[in-house]
Amino acid sequence: MPKIIYRFPDDSTRTVQAAPGTSVMEAALANGVEGIVAECGGAAMCATCHVYVESAHLAAAPAMSEDEDVMLDMAYAPRAANSRLSCRLFMSPALDGMEVRLPERQRED
Amino acid sequence: MTAPHLPDSGATVAIVGGGQAGAQLASSLRGNGFTGRIVMVGDDTALPYQRPPLSKGYLTGHSGPEAVRLHGPEYYAEKSVQVLTGDPAVRVLPSDRRVLLRSGTELRYDHLVLATGARNRSLPVPGADLPGVVGLRTLAEADVLRERLASAGRLVVVGGGFVGMEVSSSATALGVRVSVIEAHERVMARAVTPVTSAFFAEAHRARGVRLELGEQVARFLGTDAVSGVETASGRRLPADLVLVGIGVEPNTDLAEDAGLDVHDGIVVDALLRTSAPDISAIGDCARFPTPFATAPVRLESVQNAVDQARCVAARLTGTARPYRPVPWFWSRQAGVRLQIAGLTGGHDRTVVRGDPARGEFSVLCFRGDRLLGAESVGQPATHLAVRRALETGDRTVAQELLDGSFTP
Repeated sequence: MPKIIYRFPDDSTRTVQAAPGTSVMEAALANGVEGIVAECGGAAMCATCHVYVESAHLAAAPAMSEDEDVMLDMAYAPRAANSRLSCRLFMSPALDGMEVRLPERQRED
Repeated sequence: MTAPHLPDSGATVAIVGGGQAGAQLASSLRGNGFTGRIVMVGDDTALPYQRPPLSKGYLTGHSGPEAVRLHGPEYYAEKSVQVLTGDPAVRVLPSDRRVLLRSGTELRYDHLVLATGARNRSLPVPGADLPGVVGLRTLAEADVLRERLASAGRLVVVGGGFVGMEVSSSATALGVRVSVIEAHERVMARAVTPVTSAFFAEAHRARGVRLELGEQVARFLGTDAVSGVETASGRRLPADLVLVGIGVEPNTDLAEDAGLDVHDGIVVDALLRTSAPDISAIGDCARFPTPFATAPVRLESVQNAVDQARCVAARLTGTARPYRPVPWFWSRQAGVRLQIAGLTGGHDRTVVRGDPARGEFSVLCFRGDRLLGAESVGQPATHLAVRRALETGDRTVAQELLDGSFTP
């Protein structure tokens, strides 16, 4: 199964295996990975599952839709070129080993 | 505005209801540093889960029970949150701060939060208890529906609201033939404007859903299991599965029995406090005042459940602030996403921006010159702009949307 590496703000990491088709957000929730809030449950409606793709996998990730693009502007942590909503990052063999960094905060409080 | 908050440790917060609101409250209390005891009780036998996917991806098999669950058991263990599933509260005794559970367990609390949610309204017509007539609110009900959809040829959906239309969409995607019986002359009539109703009606019809509008159910047909539905006008629609989705009633029995103010919902103030000290109410069951409507409202949405939980958690840990987030809501059906910002109910004027024929439009709802909110399809930027404008009270966006000069 493809692996996802979550990097926390304190630089520690946690590796999780996720079946293809599972989103990086779903895998985080299922494994109790702190730092993904996913308030809307994965509908690209809240930007509380914002991550930065730190490895070379960004180009292989699913294309960004307008919804995601707009929501990323609403994310609490600053948006960067490697920002994605983890609910839109569906795992595939091409994303095996992808590392995502979690922002300090996902929302105001 | 001030309100007493709980001591840092040694206090017990009891949460009655294990839905999205209850789970968020537990998690926000811990997130805010609360170290006392947290106990959550509910009648559902599953750990707290998300409801929105139950009518969508969960039915079509895209997501499983793990994916809809909000947190795994290890999360609650790690956070020291006691979750008593399948053991609902049966009585609240506000005068001596006790909750009695069905199992006989007695729970003492320093603060009680009612997050009891709502239950499906039932349809009192002959045949309503036939096998094959189902509702959809819980994960267990979604499992039943999912299993039956796999072998059903024809589904009749009673009620053209959000749940009914979302299930119609999921069932159609599974190859099931779907008819919807709706008493109003248009779908989602209580929640959206005629323009949006018409757009979705067309989108569903294009996918083969039959809409029977302005019709009511007289009875369900069948002997051992449901075989059809007869409408008030005498028409008969064959069915091997019927979903009844005609709205909900808030679960207020406990509150009423405890002597709290109840009026189609547990009545709370701007801080989400009930009429009893030490008891709050949040989520689908609470009726609260809001700057976005002229009268107190009750909202059935994830956003409301989550934000109310955060508001109460903040107050209990020392930061009392009135509840005033902008309500927002979404639905996904017929392959299209609808986004709603604000409470559009009291509008006296609408302006349509974009083009429904292209599947990209927003219906802006005004009362006088005040923007109340908007329904958007394929225009996420407009949706967000309206959400922001309502949040800040800035009238510029409203004006730009009105005169057509708005650019996202």
